[in-house]
Parts: sequence; structure tokens; C-alpha cells
Amino acid sequence: MSTLDTALHGDEQMHHGPARGLGRWLFTTNHKDIGTMYLWFSLLMFLVGGSMALMIRAELFQPGLQLVEPGFFNQMTTMHGLIMVFGAVMPAFVGLANWMVPMMIGAPDMALPRMNNWSFWILPFAFAMLISTLFMSGGAPNFGWTFYAPLSTTYAPPSVTYFIFAIHMMGISSIMGAINIIATILNMRAPGMTMMKLPLFCWTWLITAFLLIAVMPVLAGVVTMMLMDIHFGTSFFDAGGGGDPVLFQHVFWFFGHPEVYIMILPAFGIISQIIPAFARKRLFGYASMVYATASIAILSFLVWAHHMFTVGIPLAGELFFMYATMLIAVPTGVKVFNWVATMFRGSMTFETPMLFALAFVVLFTIGGFSGLMLAIAPVDFQYHDTYFVVAHFHYVLVPGAVFAIMAGVYYWLPKWTGHMLDERMGRLHFWLSFIGVNITFFPMHFIGLAGMPRRIPDYALQFADFNMVASLGAFLFGLSQLIFVWNVIACVRGGRKAEARAWEGAEGLEWEVPSPAPYHTFSEPPKLPESLR
Amino acid sequence: MSVQADNRRLVRRLILGCVLMFGFGFALVPLYDVFCEVTGLNGKITNTGPVALSDADTSRQIKVRLLAVHNEGMPWTFGPQQGVILAHPGEMKQTAFVASNPTGRRMVAQAIPSVAPAEAARYLHKVNCFCFEQQALQSGESVEMPLLFVVDKNLPAHIRSLTLSYTLFDISQQTVNTERVEKEHAL
Repeated sequence: MSTLDTALHGDEQMHHGPARGLGRWLFTTNHKDIGTMYLWFSLLMFLVGGSMALMIRAELFQPGLQLVEPGFFNQMTTMHGLIMVFGAVMPAFVGLANWMVPMMIGAPDMALPRMNNWSFWILPFAFAMLISTLFMSGGAPNFGWTFYAPLSTTYAPPSVTYFIFAIHMMGISSIMGAINIIATILNMRAPGMTMMKLPLFCWTWLITAFLLIAVMPVLAGVVTMMLMDIHFGTSFFDAGGGGDPVLFQHVFWFFGHPEVYIMILPAFGIISQIIPAFARKRLFGYASMVYATASIAILSFLVWAHHMFTVGIPLAGELFFMYATMLIAVPTGVKVFNWVATMFRGSMTFETPMLFALAFVVLFTIGGFSGLMLAIAPVDFQYHDTYFVVAHFHYVLVPGAVFAIMAGVYYWLPKWTGHMLDERMGRLHFWLSFIGVNITFFPMHFIGLAGMPRRIPDYALQFADFNMVASLGAFLFGLSQLIFVWNVIACVRGGRKAEARAWEGAEGLEWEVPSPAPYHTFSEPPKLPESLR
Repeated sequence: MSVQADNRRLVRRLILGCVLMFGFGFALVPLYDVFCEVTGLNGKITNTGPVALSDADTSRQIKVRLLAVHNEGMPWTFGPQQGVILAHPGEMKQTAFVASNPTGRRMVAQAIPSVAPAEAARYLHKVNCFCFEQQALQSGESVEMPLLFVVDKNLPAHIRSLTLSYTLFDISQQTVNTERVEKEHAL
């Protein structure tokens, strides 16, 4: 009988479950398997990068040098940044996209499943290469995650070449992931799923993918220029040979600013899925959300020099980049307004995903406001390269991007595992994280305004109290992530059986398939549910 | 299978987009130079070569400060003959920088100029400058390097002083590369 089936259908994979053993993971082209691998990988990187952050905070617990050498401290700040940006946040979003985008649009899989496998499997090698630099003579990259030349060229440790190739590989992986997501969303939607019916998570990811395609090649270009300056005698960033170190900052931030939106737009999408589900109302202002996301993406290309107000830009430039940056607050404000309006008079309940989403709205907004302060060119001269900047971008990245990822994981875990999570443990994790994150990063605003520079292992005595508070908060936040790991593992292993629609108010195609989602979903295009018609 | 054909076409376009953006990253290098020239960003001086002299504007006097900076590890002694020069706009001024090589080997150096405030950069004409070419000195040799400049009469009235700074780079290792710079500066 089975031979007959095989003979009839040819493609065995379509009708059977996953292969067994290690081969399943190495050779899989299934979007759910690849999504799972992305998410586990990013969790591992989150813990590695987090341990580095704790080393930084342990050294900064008291003034003076106690635990690590200053050189190693610099390696920790650099590697923490690189691993969190490229290893934790970005792969987590790609993992969520892999799992959810095909199920949300009613597609059987990603558009290019083999490329999907490749784009994931490049990552472990890229990060193995990056992390291996810690054990090389001269140490790991120590020039900060922004790797400004000539610190990263003339004065770099020999391991910088490994760093450059690791960045190239991560870039290729991100670009392939982005191509795949664009092709899936544009070409694989179920009949009747028009662009303006697309779930917002898909919309924000579509726009993010275009940003990735536009700027990851520029990052590849800038590290290639570094490589040529270091090894082939060119002078892109060397003034003695006719180049210019400031050029590095322009090219880097032309990539770097869209990059920060790459790390937050998918978070906007996740939050826009979760808040309507637990407010039991449709998302307020769907179309304005789409347009706001697109305008943020377009504006992100016109504001890069606000990272460089102090390098000596002409007055007209300072003013242009200041006003353009402030303009971004408008579409972002539209989004926050829409989330609040969605909750207004909704029947809200406060399950773990919703708690994280609410914390996101409040704390991301705080990060947005400190960003507005930094956008004011004349005062940026005081804030530049202080802990105020550190406080700002950690507020948008930790309770922003990371909380959104955790909200998404808690929201979709029942769909992935077939089990509801332990709500009590989820809430414990939320409250410890929420308190920890604020104790860690809020005092940094004050010490930054008072003038404590970033990336320095020692500090003046007057900053001691707030630094001690921040370090205690960091350990609280860091250790409470072990509850998250425990929660996820417990939910994979067992728990109350989840229904197809795991959350009462959840809408969308992904909740039409049983929980856990079968290995193959929507092999036949689905009929759209009432709510999407 | 029209979806597959659609996918292929889309992927081709997206990859083309990536390649173009990679090229754009490199195109930023010449674009940046053009941008600097137009705006005077970074105090890059682009007005070089002979100027048509007319009457000097004696109603105001500009204080031109001359600075010499050694790039890291550059062992030469290097400094201006005069730290400050008072010049009427439109008046040709001549001065010199003195450099000597105290080391025991032949070295090649390149001076890179910069003007502050950057706004003043395009009002400073350099008729002749040692920074137009690289300077080679034998061990123990010293040289007087001439500088001939004119402050433009159109210099905005609110600029009463400007600084012309030279950073001296040791390029003994990479003399080949600087031929490109020479050409650029000569243009």
C-alpha cells in the first residue's frame, strides 16, 4: 500500500511527518522546523550575549578595576552588542516569521524552502567564527559594535578579519531570509487574502525585509572596505592616503539607522497581533498602521547623520537631520495611539503575552522619548557617547524588541507545542523582567546626563550608587530569563492541552489549524474565516 | 507552476537590488568627496592653483592661525614659521612650514590640510602648498616648505579668524598609494 502511495504521489515528504534523527534538522526544508531552529539559536545567543552583559555589569558594580582587564572589558562590550543585534534579536524575528508567516497567509511553506535551510545553517558557522576570536591571540574585536575606523582598521586586533567574514556570512543569511519572506508574502497568499487583509506581523516583516535588502549589502560593502584597508593597502578610511575616517561613519550609519528599524518593525507587528487578541477588539486604524510602518521605513534612510552630530557637520546638515529625525516620531506616535485606541473600551484580560505587550507599549515609548531628546542636535553634544545613549537604545531594544519577541513566543507557544504555558510562571517571569529591566536601565539616564561615558570599565566616584543599582537590576533581569527558558521547556514537554484557538480573542488563519500545528499546514489553500472576509 | 515562475522573477529582481546596493555602498565614497567639495564639509580645501588677484579689501583683517599636528607615531619635527598671520581678504600671503627628519632613515610624509570653521574652507585659495605633494627627507635633513594663500574677498563678514591645520602622516610604508592622492590634489 505504501509503495503504491509513493508511486502515486512521488513526493513522500508531503504526506509524512518529519524525518528521524539529526538529519531532520540538517536537511529540513520545513518552515516550522527551520523556525524552531532559528528560535532556539537566538535563545542560545541571547544567553551568551546576556552573560557578557553581566560581566560588564559586574565590573561596573563598583568604581575601579576589580574583575576583568580593560582590554577584555572592551571585548565584552563589542561582542555583547554584536551577538545581541545579529545573533539574538534578528534571528528571533526571522524564526517567528518562518513559523508564522506561511500559517498567517495560508501558504503551505515558505516560497524558497531550500534557501531557507541554507540561510539558517550559515548562522551557527558565522557565530562560531565570531565567538572563536575570544580565544585568539590579541583577543576578540574590542572596538565597539559600531566598529569605527581607524579603531577597527589601523588599531584592530588581528582577529578583525574573522569578524569581517562573520559579518559577511550573517549578512548573506539575513538577505536570503529577507528574499524568502518577500517572495512568500507577495506570491503565496491564499486566494482572497489581499494585501490590505494581511496580518500586521506580515506587513511589518515585508517592509523590514525590503530594509534588509537595501542596507545589508551596504554593511557588506563597509566591512569589505575595512578588509581592503587592512590587507590590500587601500586608504578608504585613512586620511594619510587620501581617505577619510568620517566616511566610515557615514557608510556605517547609512546601514545602521535602517538596521535599528529592522530590529523594531517586526516587534510592532507582533504587538499589533497580540493587543487586539486580548482586548477582544479589532486593531484600531489598520490602514494607518501599514502607512505608518512604511513611512518609518522610508524616513529611516534620511536620518543617519543624527548619530554623528558631533563630528563636525555643517549647520544646515545638523538642522536637516534633526528635523528629519523628529519627523519619525509622528508615524511612531500614530502606532502608539492605535494600540491605546485598540485597548480603549476593550474587554481586556492580562495573560502573559498581553502583559509583555503592555510593558512594550509603555517602555518602548519611554525609549522613543529619550530618542527625541537625543535628536535635538544642540543638546546631543552633551549626551553623545554617554550612558544616556546606552539607556535610550536599551529601552527600545530590551523592553522594546526583546519583550515583543517574548510576547510573541508566549502568544504562539500553544500553537507550536500544543500545550498552554504555566500562567503563574509566565507572570513571575514577566514581573521579575519588568522590574529588573527598569532597575537596570532607568538609572543610566541619570548617570548619562551627569556625564558618565559609555564603554569605559571605570568611572568617577559620584556615579557609584546608580551603577550599583543598575548592576543589581541587571543580575535580577538576567537570572529571571532562566524562568523563561524553564517555561519554554516545560511547555514543550507538557501542560494543559491547547485548543486550535488557544486564546479566546485570537483572530487569524494560524488559529484555524489544530494545536500543535501539524507538520504540514494549508497544503490546500484555505477558505478565509469570517473575520478576514 | 506559475507561482514558481513568479518566485524566480522576484528573486532575480531582489538579488539585483542587493548587488546594486552593494555597489551603492562603494559609490558613497566618491559621492562623499563630491558632497564635501560642494559643502566644504570636513574643512576640505578645493580651491587650489593660480588666482586672479584684484585689490585687497583693506577694511577688514582676518586672523589666520596655522597649526601643525603630528599623526600618531610621526617622529618628524614639524611646525609653522609664524603661528598667526594677519591678512586682508584678497591679499596674497606667503609663509612656510619647517620640517626635519631626526630619525636615522629616509622617510616620506604627506600633510593633510583642514580648515575650521568648515564654512570658511571654500574661501581659502591655496596658490601653492607643500601639501600638494609628498615630502621625502633623508636622515637628519630639514626643509622649509612654502605656503602661498589668499583669503577670498567674499568671506562672510562674521568670520574674523580661521584656522588652517596640517596633519603630517608618515607614509613611508605606502608611498605607492599616495600617487593617487597627488593626482587628486593636482587636479
